[in-house]
Amino acid sequence: MTESDLREKLIDAMAACIVGATDELTALDQAIGDGDHGFNMKRGFEAMLAEKPAIAALDWPDALKKAGMTLVMKVGGASGPLYGTLFMELGKAWPEHPDRPGLAATLAAAIEGVKKRGKSERGQKTMLDVLIPVQEALAAGQAGLAGIAGAAAEATIPVQATRGRASFLGERSIGHMDPGARSTALLVACIENTLGGTA
Amino acid sequence: MSGNVGIVIVSHSPDVAKGAADMVRQMVGEEVPLGYAGGDADGGLGTSVEKIMAAIETAWSDAGIAILVDLGGAETNSEMAVEMLPPERACKVVICNAPIVEGAVMAATEASGGASLAEVQAVAEELQA
Repeated sequence: MTESDLREKLIDAMAACIVGATDELTALDQAIGDGDHGFNMKRGFEAMLAEKPAIAALDWPDALKKAGMTLVMKVGGASGPLYGTLFMELGKAWPEHPDRPGLAATLAAAIEGVKKRGKSERGQKTMLDVLIPVQEALAAGQAGLAGIAGAAAEATIPVQATRGRASFLGERSIGHMDPGARSTALLVACIENTLGGTA
Repeated sequence: MSGNVGIVIVSHSPDVAKGAADMVRQMVGEEVPLGYAGGDADGGLGTSVEKIMAAIETAWSDAGIAILVDLGGAETNSEMAVEMLPPERACKVVICNAPIVEGAVMAATEASGGASLAEVQAVAEELQA
């Protein structure tokens, strides 16, 4: 498989994963947010799917930047700039050698971008609560990132939100999984599965 | 073109954005360049970077632009829109930490008298409790 084919496969897989999870993400967001996360993510990843040939034809840094820009323009909620920043910063920090240490460093740089964009830190019941443990596992050479991401999303359930719309609910945000943490975990699992046969 | 600071209103709701802009027009008049953006790309509740950039373009003034936002996503998407402007424009745009309707009217009132961008922002942000 060429790298361009792999980029196409990743876009297909991410879009299928997010579209398939639309109702679940919406339900999570209705509990503690404004109920639009599923639909917003679906719109964003469908837009990425529509741009697939143009994105896949670029090299990794530019493909990631273009994918991120598509999310920024099309998602329509705060998750647009947050996921858009994640993808664009991955593109900007893309390593010379995309091996595990290289990718771990790239993800670390992208996480800094997401923190800055969301004015957020770990432990506030956001997507960072999944991204950071995944980055740490990647850096440590651990296998099974999907499981680590899934567990990290589950671990947001007892946390009280202090950033994002869920923070308006105060203590009532406790007991629900964060929708952004869940969508991040789904994407990590989907990317790991797709790369599984190739990396 | 007016030499006054321009005002941009960004709400999750197209109705709120337009309604706040109507209030500015009626209470302050035509001396202030004004733009508004509300709703996501499909017209539902949400905010769109594309629409925000278009509203900034509509209201553009070399004296600068003060943006008033409602909830979190409106602020995040506005920050994104500002960063995507050419640098010589981005440095002339501020996002005010103020209530959207009252902030827009107060900011526009200040702007209509020829106040600087910093003065306009300060007046809007005085409303913050």
